[in-house]
Order: sequence, then C-alpha cells, then structure tokens
Amino acid sequence: MGLKIVVTVKQVPDTHNLSRDAMKPDGTVNRNALPAIFNPEDLNALEEALKIKETLGATVTAISMGPPKAKDVLKECLYRGADDGILISDRQFAGADTLATSYALKCAVEKIGGFDLILCGRQAIDGDTAQVGPQIAEKLNLNQLTCVSEIIEINDQTVIAKRIVEGGYEIVKSRLPVLITILAGANEPRSPSAKRVMAFKNIDSKVCETSYDEVYVEPDSCDMIGFIKEWNARTIDADPSICGLSGSPTKVKKIEGVVLTTGVAKKVENTQAGIADLVHELIEEHIIG
Amino acid sequence: MRSNKGVMVFIEQNNKQIANVSLELVCEAKRLADQLKVDAEAVVLGYNIHRELAILGKYGCRKVFYTDDKRLSHFTSVPYAKTIVTTIRKYQPQIVLFGATTVGRDVAPRVASALKCGLTADCTQLQIGDHKIKDKTYHNILLQIRPAFGGNIIATIVSPESTPSMATVREGVMKMVEIDPTGTTNIISESCDLADEDFVTEVINVVREGKAVDLKSAKVIVSAGMGAADSEGLELVKALANAFGGVVGSSRPVVDGGLLDHCHQVGQTGVTVRPNLYIACGISGQIQHRAGMEGSKRIIAINSDPDAPIFSIAHYGIVGDVHDVIPKMIKAYKAKT
Ligand SMILES: Cc1cc2nc3c(=O)[nH]c(=O)nc-3n(C[C@H](O)[C@H](O)[C@H](O)COP(=O)(O)OP(=O)(O)OC[C@H]3O[C@@H](n4cnc5c(N)ncnc54)[C@H](O)[C@@H]3O)c2cc1C
Ligand SMILES: Nc1ncnc2c1ncn2[C@@H]1O[C@H](COP(=O)(O)O)[C@@H](O)[C@H]1O
Repeated sequence: MGLKIVVTVKQVPDTHNLSRDAMKPDGTVNRNALPAIFNPEDLNALEEALKIKETLGATVTAISMGPPKAKDVLKECLYRGADDGILISDRQFAGADTLATSYALKCAVEKIGGFDLILCGRQAIDGDTAQVGPQIAEKLNLNQLTCVSEIIEINDQTVIAKRIVEGGYEIVKSRLPVLITILAGANEPRSPSAKRVMAFKNIDSKVCETSYDEVYVEPDSCDMIGFIKEWNARTIDADPSICGLSGSPTKVKKIEGVVLTTGVAKKVENTQAGIADLVHELIEEHIIG
Repeated sequence: MRSNKGVMVFIEQNNKQIANVSLELVCEAKRLADQLKVDAEAVVLGYNIHRELAILGKYGCRKVFYTDDKRLSHFTSVPYAKTIVTTIRKYQPQIVLFGATTVGRDVAPRVASALKCGLTADCTQLQIGDHKIKDKTYHNILLQIRPAFGGNIIATIVSPESTPSMATVREGVMKMVEIDPTGTTNIISESCDLADEDFVTEVINVVREGKAVDLKSAKVIVSAGMGAADSEGLELVKALANAFGGVVGSSRPVVDGGLLDHCHQVGQTGVTVRPNLYIACGISGQIQHRAGMEGSKRIIAINSDPDAPIFSIAHYGIVGDVHDVIPKMIKAYKAKT
C-alpha cells in the first residue's frame, strides 16, 4: 500500500537575504532580526516525496528538530500534502552540531519505524554543511545517495537516481530503504493548497508520550490529523549525554563579522527609461554589439 | 589523551587520476604536520593505481595507506566510509582532511558519525593553536576557520575532545607548493575487509561532460546568483546573455544546487574572469565571488537589496527584481539595435 517516506525539514534563519540590522556592531548575528524560513532544499525534498506519493502512493511524514516555533515548517508541509508532522523538541537538544542533530533525528526515525525512504535537503543554509543527511544514514546503517537531481525510477524495492558530481553526473541504483539528499535543481516545489491551508491553519501541536502507533493516522485521511506531534528526548529514547551541546564535539571558538564597505556604484533607476539609457551607453561604447 | 599521530588526507581519484584538491590538501597537511612535528599521511582507495601514488611523495606525503580492490575503483558511500574508518582506527591520525567535493562531502560525514568526532565543512583556513575550556587548555589542536551565515561571519571551530579533528576544504582554497622531485613516499598496502553486501550502490553510468562554456575568453558575462535561481530567472539570464552576445556565469550556490554546471562558476573556487562587461543578477557579492570578477572592466549589479555588498564594487547598480529588470534591458537593447 505504497511507500513510507520520512522527510527531514529544518527551520532556518534567512541568511540569504540578510539586512544590515541582522549583524550586531560586535560582528555577531542578531538572530531575532532574521526571519525564520523553510530551508529551501528541504522544500525540494518534500516535493520529491509528494511526487512519489502521487505516482506510487505513499505516506509522507515530515519531521523537524527545533524550538516550538519550528512547527511552522511542519504546517507548511501539511499545507503542501504531507500526511503527518512531527516536531522533535527538547531543551536537551539545544546547541546541537551535526553529530548530535543526526543522533536525535535518527532516534525519531527509528521510533517511526518501517520506513522505505528518507529524503533530506542536501544542505541547510544556516550552516551549509550538508552533513546531517549522511550522518543519519550512517547511524541507521543505511545506504545513502547524495546530491540527487532526479529520481528516475522508484518502486517498492529499488530506486534509480541521478547524482550531480563535478563536471557531470552519475546514474546510481540502490535497494530500499535508503536515504537520499535532494538538490535545489531537482524540481519546482509546489505552493500550499488553499484547501489544505484552511484545514491545517489552526492545527496545534501536542506532546506525545504515547507510542507512535497509537497516534498514527492512516494516509489519505489527512483531515483527521488532529495535531502536530511533539516528541521530546524521552519519547524517542535519546541518550541525553549524546544530545545537544554535550553530544556535540565541535565548538565555536571565535566569531568575527565581515566588514561591508559602502557602495560606489552609479545608481541606475529601475525604469524603462533609466535602463534604456544604460543599455544605450553600453552600445555607444561598443561594450555590447 | 590525544594521539601523537599524523595529519592524514583522503586522496580522491577519478579514473585513476588524483584530484587536484587532494594534492593541495597534501601540501596543507605537510605544513600542519611540520608544525606538529609529525608526518603527513594519505588514505587512498582504488584499483591498480600504485603507480599514480608516487607523486604524493613529491608533495611531502610520507606514508600512503592504500586499499586496492576492484570493487573500490569507483566511489560509493558505504564501502568507502567503512574502509576509511578502518584505516583511521588503525593509524589514529590527529587530523584528517577531505576535499569538499561531492565525494568528500558524501563520505566525510559518514566517517565522522562512525568515529563520533567533529567535522567542519568547507574550511577556508586551517591553523594549529590552543583552546581553553574553563580551566583546561588543549594545546596544538586544529583551528578550523570558515565563513558562516551566508558569508556574513567568519567562525573558528575546534573539536578538542574528540579525535581526529576532521575538515573538508574546497579546491583552490589551499595553495599548492613547489614539488620536491626527489621526495618519496612509503606505500603501505591495507587489506580490504569488505563483504559483497557492503556494496549497496550500483553505479550504472558515469558521465563527465566537457566544459560547455569558456568563461575566460568571454567578452560579456551575465551571471545568475541565488536571486535568479528559479527557472524563470535562469531563462531570463540566458536570454540576456544571448541578446548581449555573452555567456552565462553563476555564483557557487547555483552550481551547488545543480542548476548550472561547475564550469559556469565564477569566483575563488570557480573561474577568475575579466570580461568587458559583467552583469551580476541576484548575486550578493560575497568575497569569494568578488575574488573571481572584480577585475571586470564594467560591472552592472542587479539586486533587490540596496545594501547588497555587490554594489560596493559595481560601476552601475540597479536596485530591483531580476525578473523585472532583465526584460527591461532586453527590451531596451532590441529597441536600440
Ligand atoms: C571556500 C569557499 C569558496 C567559495 N567559492 C565561491 C566561488 O568560487 N564563487 C561564488 O560565487 N561563491 C563562492 N563561495 C560562496 C560565497 O561565500 C557565497 O555564498 C556565494 O557567492 C553567494 O551566492 P549568491 O550571491 O548567488 O547567493 P546569496 O548570497 O544568497 O545572494 C542572493 C542575492 O540575490 C538577491 N536577490 C534575491 N532575490 C532577488 C530578486 N528577485 N531580484 C534581484 N535580487 C534578488 C538578494 O538580495 C541577495 O543579495 C565560496 C564559499 C566558500 C566558503
Ligand atoms: N534540525 C533539523 N531538523 C530536521 N532536519 C534537519 C535538521 N538539521 C538538518 N536537517 C536535514 O539535513 C539536511 C542537511 O542539513 P545540514 O547538514 O545542516 O546542511 C537539511 O537539508 C535537512 O533536510
């Protein structure tokens, strides 16, 4: 009755559109000034999952580790067609580097159990590490296919995918279960469906101490999802000593801001006339023919 | 206890050809190893490449731990990770470096996860130094320096309490030193203890495309950044390049995202260009990008953020959305010619 797919999604500060006040004078980042967004490549991972759901039939469970407000990205997943959302949230997870993050996510995936496919974004824009996916795979003793730009063929046994590598690509095949990391170029993520936004807009999250099966909702009965499940360290049987800061071997020793200089560019008005003048100048000076 | 062992580099090979980035890393490993008074070493996996390995000695690598197996001739994650882990456990290096390539960034996190050690992605500088936590000082550990938060800050990362310290580094970041033609290396054969069941990925086809674009000799380059990285934006960039008789360039994240091939990338780890005209479309202008295009004779920047650093080096700045500005440019050009 279709595949069971887990998609990992992260809420990240929008580092690509930093405004000046995002940086404090001492060169540190003012996280509060940064809008929190859905990590772009995780939207591509979700889209791949939803495409498989449409063609092959699948249950898509989105999981995210983060503070309570990270449930916004899980809502976004429900709006687009995910069947279920699980927030992994606990003070003990704070300060996690990729090793500790992948450990908590691995515990959550084990708790879900019985999955065929894990889809991750290739990397998160806050750290640009691309490490969490492969580290989840290693901890689950699972094969991995990274930098995938296309899932060419998939059935309930195997997957054939195209991986982008330096100066070309590879076509690779793996048995399921497998973990795949998806590139931005893989697809155009769909927009939320208006109907589903109406259905899930006010969805709440609820701490679950019960076992997963008891709260699990069958696929395609999305209207029945009462809440986003919230799991803590205890729910997922995570060993506190390898979670969060204490489970993170990497430490930040020092942070310095990058000094931005002020502009010297001649300002061209963004009007048809302003731009026509510029283009005219370039033609006159034989810079363009 | 920290081990007193070497600085190891994972040597990447494609079709028996050692990757440039691996040679650069051997040079860097040698520099760090000299400071630590230990050896620079290498871990290599492949098939029938003994002869290609001699070159490593000329770059200062003293020991090469080489696992030779037909099944390892092409990279796949699980067998490579397992073999590297075995080698690291056996020789206990204090530092291990990987190229930040698709192979390095695939395998290094798996290795770090298995060894439960720290790994820092995409370092731009490596140093040896001390680090103090509370009243304990760790001496001579690896300081891993990298930009973070989209290049807005530079962070120094350490992993004092786990061994080895691991880092990935892009091609072109570390400088290659003069080779010592008399340098030799000791190739130590490692036995391969992989079962056939470990080979879980079947490589059906490998395609290496030739360079599709020659940025270096182009007179006009229109480059796409993340602000133009949707399908409409890319089409517009291509159309503008076409109209102006130029070629398409790009920033790194666009290439990393698989939207354009690496041969389009301008910057520190891409190509350095000096065309007559460079149009940066939705490119923020981080230092690594600027390094590759600052020498252009005319620079036009199109960016919706008036504070984007690209405006500080552009000759003409247009504050606006690429989707809106580029059609105006094409229209103006068509009207004039
Ligand atoms: C070791 C190392 C080596 C590197 N080498 C390179 C390299 O060789 N080349 C390279 O390019 N980078 C390189 N980088 C990456 C570099 O630091 C930056 O991350 C990268 O250049 C940013 O690319 P970008 O400007 O396209 O994206 P972003 O920084 O995300 O910027 C996007 C810009 O687009 C603007 N924008 C968004 N939407 C629109 C719109 N609709 N219309 C107009 N503007 C819009 C935004 O205001 C923003 O300024 C390297 C990094 C490291 C660590
Ligand atoms: N806290 C998190 N919660 C859920 N998924 C995550 C988290 N951190 C990382 N991931 C997943 O791992 C991918 C790579 O992240 P990173 O290693 O941080 O670049 C992301 O694109 C996500 O799919």
